[in-house]
Amino acid sequence: MTHILLRHRDIPGIHKLDVYRAHGGYQALQKALSEHTPDEVIQIVRDSSLRGRGGAGFPTGVKWSFIPKAPGDKYVIINTDESETGTFKDRELCEYNPHQVIEGALIAAYAIGAKTVYNYFRGEYMDAAHAFEEALQEAYAAGLIGQNILGSGFSVDFYCHYGAGAYICGEETALIKSLEGELGQPWSKPPFPAIEGLYGKPTVVNNTETLANVPPIIINGADWYKSMGTPQSPGPKIVCMSGHVEKPGNYEVEMGVTYRQLIEMAGGMRGGKKFKALLPSGGSGPVITEKALDAPLTYEGLTPFGSVMGSASVIVMDETVDMVWAAQKMTHFFKHESCGKCTPCREGTFWMEKVLHRIYEGHGSQKDVDTLQSVAQQIKGKTLCALGEFAVSPVLSTLAHFPQEYRAKLAK
Amino acid sequence: MSDLVTITIDGVEVNVPKGTLVVDAAKRIGNDIPVFCYHPKMTPVGMCRMCLVEIGLPVRDRATGELLRNPDGTPQINFGRNLQTACTVQVSPGMVVRTNTPFVREGREAIIEFILSSHPLDCPICDKGGECPLQNLTMAHGKGDTRMEFTDKMKLAKHVPLGELIYLDRERCIQCGRCVRFQDEVVDDPVLQFHNRGRSLEIVTMSDPGFDSYWSGNTTDICPVGALTTADFRFGARPWELTPVATLSPHGPAGSNMTFSTRIEAAAGGRTVIKRIMPRQHELVNEIWISDRDRFVHHFADAPERLTQPLLRKNGSLIPVSWDEALEFVAQKLKGFDGTAVAGLSGDRMSNEDFFLFQKLIRQGLKSNHIDLANGRLAGGDVVAQVGVVNDTTYDLPQRLGVGDAVLVVACDLHEEEPVWWLRARQAAKRGATLVTLNARPTRLDREAAFAIHYAPGTAVETIRRLLNAAKVEVEQSDDPIVAAAQALVKANNLTIFYGAEGITYEESDAIARLLGNLLLVKNGGSGHVGRVNNGLIPVWPHNNTQGAWDMGIHPAFEPGYKPVKTPGRNATAVYAGVANGEIRALYLMGADPVGDGLMDGRGQLKLLVVQELFLTQTAALADVVLPAQSWAEREGTFTSGERRVQRYYPAITPVGECRPDWQILAQMGERLGLGKAPFAASLVFRDLAKVVKPYKGMDYRSLAQVAKQWPDVGGEDLYYGGTAYENRSGLGQQWPITPPKEPFAVPDVEVPVPQGLTLMRIAALYTPGTLNRHTKLLAARLAQPTLLLHPQDAYALALQDGEPVTVAVNSGNVQATLRISEDAPVGLALIRAIPYQPGTAVAHITRVAEFASS
Repeated sequence: MTHILLRHRDIPGIHKLDVYRAHGGYQALQKALSEHTPDEVIQIVRDSSLRGRGGAGFPTGVKWSFIPKAPGDKYVIINTDESETGTFKDRELCEYNPHQVIEGALIAAYAIGAKTVYNYFRGEYMDAAHAFEEALQEAYAAGLIGQNILGSGFSVDFYCHYGAGAYICGEETALIKSLEGELGQPWSKPPFPAIEGLYGKPTVVNNTETLANVPPIIINGADWYKSMGTPQSPGPKIVCMSGHVEKPGNYEVEMGVTYRQLIEMAGGMRGGKKFKALLPSGGSGPVITEKALDAPLTYEGLTPFGSVMGSASVIVMDETVDMVWAAQKMTHFFKHESCGKCTPCREGTFWMEKVLHRIYEGHGSQKDVDTLQSVAQQIKGKTLCALGEFAVSPVLSTLAHFPQEYRAKLAK
Repeated sequence: MSDLVTITIDGVEVNVPKGTLVVDAAKRIGNDIPVFCYHPKMTPVGMCRMCLVEIGLPVRDRATGELLRNPDGTPQINFGRNLQTACTVQVSPGMVVRTNTPFVREGREAIIEFILSSHPLDCPICDKGGECPLQNLTMAHGKGDTRMEFTDKMKLAKHVPLGELIYLDRERCIQCGRCVRFQDEVVDDPVLQFHNRGRSLEIVTMSDPGFDSYWSGNTTDICPVGALTTADFRFGARPWELTPVATLSPHGPAGSNMTFSTRIEAAAGGRTVIKRIMPRQHELVNEIWISDRDRFVHHFADAPERLTQPLLRKNGSLIPVSWDEALEFVAQKLKGFDGTAVAGLSGDRMSNEDFFLFQKLIRQGLKSNHIDLANGRLAGGDVVAQVGVVNDTTYDLPQRLGVGDAVLVVACDLHEEEPVWWLRARQAAKRGATLVTLNARPTRLDREAAFAIHYAPGTAVETIRRLLNAAKVEVEQSDDPIVAAAQALVKANNLTIFYGAEGITYEESDAIARLLGNLLLVKNGGSGHVGRVNNGLIPVWPHNNTQGAWDMGIHPAFEPGYKPVKTPGRNATAVYAGVANGEIRALYLMGADPVGDGLMDGRGQLKLLVVQELFLTQTAALADVVLPAQSWAEREGTFTSGERRVQRYYPAITPVGECRPDWQILAQMGERLGLGKAPFAASLVFRDLAKVVKPYKGMDYRSLAQVAKQWPDVGGEDLYYGGTAYENRSGLGQQWPITPPKEPFAVPDVEVPVPQGLTLMRIAALYTPGTLNRHTKLLAARLAQPTLLLHPQDAYALALQDGEPVTVAVNSGNVQATLRISEDAPVGLALIRAIPYQPGTAVAHITRVAEFASS
């Protein structure tokens, strides 16, 4: 298939502006600026049913429409914090197909009336960010960013910002705080960023991959976009395959393929070992087992199995994996990444890790397992942001699917 | 009213203003939703998650917008899947809140368990124990048991000094962020921050010296656990041993309401002593905040240097004698002088009762009108009596200055002189009021000012006259900031003016008060700014009861109640001259040290010098008789704030030695001089003065002690927000009414010598070393040191370097100060702080201290 997002795999050198332009690059921007009003652009994106690729799946056009129309400072922020375990799709986009992201962000800025765009990079993404900055410079030089873009009278400035490696800064409000130079902690919404975001001004925060979808939608129209995937989850999706598969990496697929097909696509189970479980959304989505492998890759597909597609970072685990070990690893991650602002997440992740560690080391008792279950339940639904919700899923889902593995570890 | 919203909380309907938070709406009907991070004086953040409740909203038909109803006609309510924080959700019509369902109770139990999972069990030695919201909420909502293995608990540092005033116990901290938000949002000293993340999240200070703020003590009040404690009180006493006694600030003119916590102590020989000072809620005065000066500077009351016995000079030295001997000696001596040769000068920290009897003794007992403040800096009490500010009378969310209003601050640095008023001006500006500052130099309040106007030294009167004239005419737009500011002021709905005496003389301040009075009277199409709530003049008096001194007639030209004297007596300056040339033979001083202040050159030709004092000051050491007075902590009385609010304070500690209250000494002296039987209680003196001082008519100790329900309801016995001493049970005082003048004030012409060349101006510092501050050892490192601020250009011209010691001519002597090169000083104006008071401006004589070598 021809890639829509990972176009560099079909067209070598597309990270260069001339190559990108030779293959239709920036025509979507040109078209948006010359043929559409900002509201029309929002409508097209709304009609396409494009949903946020960061994992939450909020309709992008709707998000843009929340921005007040009144004049004033507004911002577009590209969320390239990409810190979910097993996620590496935005890195590839920024490193190899940066102009498509830039173009999407410029269209978003035009649609909401922003004069400034920030790309917030995960601190470790030095290479990707440098590649992206090179692309930015080219686009600036070509008059695609800056004053009076393509003679349209529309002007935008574009900046890259490097985070300091905090998972929580992928949460949009924490990202905004971090960008403002403060401690990266989320705030309790409302106010929503669309009303009071960066520096208190209306702000759209979109995932990198989401914005890369925008230029082809503008060029080919909403109906074309909806012809891919499923009615509720249309379009292409980059899936990050990792873990015990033969060929880990990013795969661009149409939404709706099954998880079994994805494993096939990634060359099947490594060394022919038996499949045990997979994490559909890095550490933050509950594990699924064999039973769920025929579910479709859509925002709704895993609901019956108590899990989510999320950012589609699929970590496949074979029969050799100790699920208590896996739960402990992920819980450690969440404890380490908890910002500490709200009580249940700060105290709960700390406590869960202590108990899990004891169980994993073989010193645990049934009381510890009960406490673990109960503490996880106590965190759920009480935290300020979604991180706390994510943090309990490794524990609760492994306890639900693999209780025998916990029992086997208890002190004799 | 249309801006009221009706919601139902646990079946009870409540009407609250639009925008009210669910947690506050519940508090109104006595439903205490438990909170830790939420505080009604700060923006909600929803961090601690303690206030989780079920919140349901009426369901509407998507197409028609109609309310959907159940078969029984009640609206359908949709409760979310999760609990919500009552502190971040605003009420909306038809909202239904459930605070006592199993779901909510489980939520509370969970949060308490999480908080306790890393909180130490050191309640038995914790300062907060007994008045701790965490203890209370644990009792109310906790499991009563723990599932956390003790070995899993965090072990953290327990004595982390955030500077020398405040200590942090990192184990006790529950990361609610109240202190961080208070420092940032409320007082604009963002010196505390969260550091790190997750369970390592901790409070750190980012300033040098640590926790550099005049407000640091307030964080220990609002801390809902024992994490923040003051170095003054920590491990000093248990809350249940303490007796609360209402008091007032003995320092600033705002009349901040405070509470002593006292205890009888073996270590003090069985005396009752002050263990700590906490703010007392008065929404119209200091809300619930006090500065660190008000909180920590009380140790002078218990200082070992206090005078304890009357002293009489015999054979050249001061010898302890009995009260009878001392009083009799003074009375007999005083009888021997003609009224024209006797003078009485007073400080301005005493109570109204003291002042009233002081002037009575001098005027009626000694037949002299030579009566004044010993160190009067600011004039205009008579103007304030006519155009003073009018406070709101409601304590339930009183009307405060905001959008459409204006505040003018003239010739003072509120942050250093009266921090509570600085806070008020700043908050008014934050709420949208137009703030105008007028001074010879930039002050901290300029940050919030719409217009920050800096005039040349010596031109204050002229500048304010221009402002007044510009306010009288309608101008659409102007590039002249004075004209633009004048227009903004005159057009404001409400206008409050603060004025002080920085860089101006007493005579200038008199003219300025009158000009500002006239500015308030300007109508220019509006209704003027006099006699309405939040309009009027506030003098930034140097001390806590300068207003009372004016009201009680401590003035050569005014009797009590601003009744003009037929033949005015000498003012303080003329008295000092008379002391020097022999025209004044006897001087009676109360709470004043003119020799120490450099105003009086020794005893001069005095035949008799009587001093009522706390300490053996430089003047007292020269006296014939020294009468030991009680400090404000040992006695009762009333102070009147710069807003003319008469308030009571109460006796808290055992009197030191044989000290007597000033009013009593004066009454007993008066009795010996034929003024009738001495009243035996301060309340009776007040009763007498209220008959004579017109504005105080109708007030008595009972009416001053009246209280009202205040909102937000901070500080009740429920310890809902923490901070136990906040509740005001002892009196809100009474503001005396003004009588607006019919005509504008006549403004005298003032001769202001404009200094040529580099000019010197004294600026205020909250912690200026002085008799009272010096006794609080805790503040020793923070006392302001004599510092000369010089603009880089001026420093360059004088070839002086930063940090260099210099000698500066101040008053009649020389002061050594450290030079700081700073753009806070305007070009041509050298600023000097932490030196004795020097009025006006003077030519700056700065000389290098030769030994300095730059490193």
